[in-house]
Amino acid sequence: MREVKQKDELAPEVKPEILATTSVWQRRHILDLDDFAPAEIELVLETTDAMKEVLSRPIKKVPALRGKTVITLFYESSTRTRSSFELAAKNLSADVISLSAQASSVVKGESLVDTLATLEALGADIVVMRHSHSGAPYITARYMRASMVNAGDGWHAHPTQALLDLYTIREHKGSIRGLKVVIIGDIKHSRVARSNIWGLTAMGAEVSVCCPFTLLPAGLDVVQHHFPKVHIEPEIESALCGADVVMTLRLQQERQQSGLLPSIREYVKLYQLTEARLAKAKADAIVLHPGPVNEDIEISLAVAQGPQSVINEQITNGVAVRMALLYLLAGGSR
Amino acid sequence: MANKIIMTAEDIRRTLARVAHEIIEFNKSTERLILVGMRTRGVPLARRLAANIEHFEGAKIPVGALDFSLYRDDLNSLGLQPIVKSTDIPIGVSGRVIVLVDDVLYTGRSTRAAMDALIDLGRPQAIQLAVLIDRGHRELPIRADYVGKNMPSARHEEIQVQLKEVDGVDEVAIIPTPSVKEESHEGG
Amino acid sequence: MITKPLLIQGGRIIDPSQGIDEIGNLIISEGKILGLGSGQVSLPDSDYDVLNAEGLIVCPGFIDLHCHLRQPGFEEKETISSGSRAAARGGFTTICCMPNTNPPLDSQATIDYVKSVAASEGVVRVLPVGCISRGGKGKELAEMGELAQAGAIAFSDDGQPLRSSRLMRQAMEYSLAFGLPVIDHCEDTALSENGQMNEGIIATRLGLCGIPAAAEESIVARDLALAELTGARLHIAHTTTEGSVELIRRAREKGIRVTAEVTPHHLTLTEEKVLGYDTNAKVSPPLRTKRDIEALIYGLKEGVIDIIATDHAPHTGNDKLSEFALAPFGISGLETALGSLMSLVHAGELTLAMLIAKLTCGPAKIIGTGYGKLGSLEVEAPAEVTIFDPNREWLVDTSDFASKGKNTPLNGEKLKGKVMAAIYQGKLVYKDEGLIIK
Repeated sequence: MREVKQKDELAPEVKPEILATTSVWQRRHILDLDDFAPAEIELVLETTDAMKEVLSRPIKKVPALRGKTVITLFYESSTRTRSSFELAAKNLSADVISLSAQASSVVKGESLVDTLATLEALGADIVVMRHSHSGAPYITARYMRASMVNAGDGWHAHPTQALLDLYTIREHKGSIRGLKVVIIGDIKHSRVARSNIWGLTAMGAEVSVCCPFTLLPAGLDVVQHHFPKVHIEPEIESALCGADVVMTLRLQQERQQSGLLPSIREYVKLYQLTEARLAKAKADAIVLHPGPVNEDIEISLAVAQGPQSVINEQITNGVAVRMALLYLLAGGSR
Repeated sequence: MANKIIMTAEDIRRTLARVAHEIIEFNKSTERLILVGMRTRGVPLARRLAANIEHFEGAKIPVGALDFSLYRDDLNSLGLQPIVKSTDIPIGVSGRVIVLVDDVLYTGRSTRAAMDALIDLGRPQAIQLAVLIDRGHRELPIRADYVGKNMPSARHEEIQVQLKEVDGVDEVAIIPTPSVKEESHEGG
Repeated sequence: MITKPLLIQGGRIIDPSQGIDEIGNLIISEGKILGLGSGQVSLPDSDYDVLNAEGLIVCPGFIDLHCHLRQPGFEEKETISSGSRAAARGGFTTICCMPNTNPPLDSQATIDYVKSVAASEGVVRVLPVGCISRGGKGKELAEMGELAQAGAIAFSDDGQPLRSSRLMRQAMEYSLAFGLPVIDHCEDTALSENGQMNEGIIATRLGLCGIPAAAEESIVARDLALAELTGARLHIAHTTTEGSVELIRRAREKGIRVTAEVTPHHLTLTEEKVLGYDTNAKVSPPLRTKRDIEALIYGLKEGVIDIIATDHAPHTGNDKLSEFALAPFGISGLETALGSLMSLVHAGELTLAMLIAKLTCGPAKIIGTGYGKLGSLEVEAPAEVTIFDPNREWLVDTSDFASKGKNTPLNGEKLKGKVMAAIYQGKLVYKDEGLIIK
């Protein structure tokens, strides 16, 4: 019923092929990339192209989300992701409310589901949530009418980061299919790695992970159907051999404290991405890092600031990708 | 009910030649002109008009493509978001005379959105509007400066413009649609 | 109150304690089994009721060696009253409650409290398990002798393992004097720390900290060695891994006095239930893999695993309505136990007689003879009978639960096999609406 109505409201100003194409997007929430079809990822990347053009204008603001309220709810501090989302929402003319766990009633023991109900009562159309516990956005999304965007949950997923990484890779390589991508670092505790593995493999890349075995999550070496197939390469130079894309991950100091590494010094010695090691990759390989960078720990300063690094582009692209996602989610009356 | 063809390829060719002449005549000079096609089918129309003008006057007119999806006034009521494409105008719009080009002028809401989008890009000296078909039923105080063909229509009819560049064929037709749709329109 | 004698007519009577499996009649009177059999059963002279059990299974009342009734201290999760009613609905007429309450059952006073509440408010037999350590804190021994005298049927710090090998050894040695088993929650907390579910690809996918099988197996191995050293009775609670089954098998071959249990959920559900972050599938020890399930079933068949116990662990809806890592462990299991387990019978994995043995005479043997002849339909035994329909399909609806704990990953699922009636000491403590008594 609704389909017919929409079509008529639009006709004939919206061309039939536009309706046909956007029907790829049926999502209300963005929780992870594990269930994204390649066509959906492609739609996000194409929409990001348009948003990047908006960002290149003198007036970087369009009215697409006028009258919509976007609430960012961060249970974990993150300057980058939060400001990227808020800028994206503002560029689309949404009203933005920014909440952090310290400021809200979370500290009083109010449950997560109650907090989200309050935000909905306040009129939130889209809630962007960062949470230190894996799966937190899934628990709340079950009870929400508003859209939920996962801005990182525990070790589990960081879909918007993965999409901006895919976008950045596509900008440089044209296509993602067939690329050899190496992810180096703390895979076990990395939501960035997990979401990227889903997104990259969905788009046809071949992914290798490189880390000490203490930072490798369980079960990747077994043939199974619950997680994409990745190659395990504990030795960095062979991992890098022939790579098109190298992704390094931030190493948290507490991994050493909890005994997963003998010392940061040894990690640097064995796993730091240096110019000499990067030379094993293809000459036109690009280097990504989700930030913030621990300079001269997981990546040498020279590589981070070198000609193959696209770390700063990732930050710019992050705003464009998030604009695209907010725009796509804002569709429809519910 | 069969589709009724109201313009053939030859009709479209002649009409675009006339509109090109009118644009030259009205503006006296082509110096400050930019033709901006409204996505999707306004873009090939703008290119064809520019080619005509170049043919008649020898002047090369810049052609741009404008996507106004982010400026639509119905984003809240659409079930699915329209696909957004980049806006691509080769030079700055400030101080220029912009001729917006679209295939069909109907309620005027797209034109409104396109003008807002243009103005966010700079301050044009003037904005003019060229359309292939004007089918009436305006909901905003907007009129076209150049009209290929006035085609009074009923609301329940659909005007289908097909262009070689997009659809592989040049043709304009009226498609009668069942009145059920009319009812649901009023319901919505 | 004197209840009339009851004739249970035409059911398939399965009593593994006597090796009985036949269609026949069972007659109970004055709280005891008066007679049973396919032939002539002498009927009482007085008036009696008749329960038509045609097409139904008639067996000894089930015994659950391992459940949590939460009282005292956590009455919002469960009480002895609600828990015992849930037991009756599940066909259990004897349940053994774990001592991790608040205060814990580490003294005669708390054991007496549970017994007296059970006597006045419960509908089935409730047998308390006493703490191993004072306060269940794992530091020093509780007064186990006093607990035994007060009526504890075993000792356990369930919910938490005994980290100290020394204390475990001392507990086992000390328990020897009372002949009661030590029920062992096997978990190496250094390996399971922060763990939320089985370690493996599902945990990897969900970004949840895993609990490796080795966290269970290392303590199973340790405590089997201590059982050998001390000669004490050791009962391994909620066995979940292939490796544990193998360790117990070898220990039994060596003659170590060990018994073991497995829960219905560990026999029927895998870690995949956690996908989607269902906190109702969060349980300790965690749901494991298909391979583990196969080993557990094999263990049951060959007798390495003696019994099935529910580890019924009720929580409130609010407890479970939280981030996965913050939700408490536990599944409310009393009311779905039979329905879940019957899937193994329907699949041809277990025979009916074996399943019933693991729920009746198996646990009765561990409890001993202090409470009369439990888990048996022998003449003169307490009339404790469960009647169930092996083929009846029903939808699990937690809003119908007698338990306050609605926390089960089975809500909304269809089970085949349903308890129709439970009789405790001659009294009908649960009856399905579909069952007619004349």
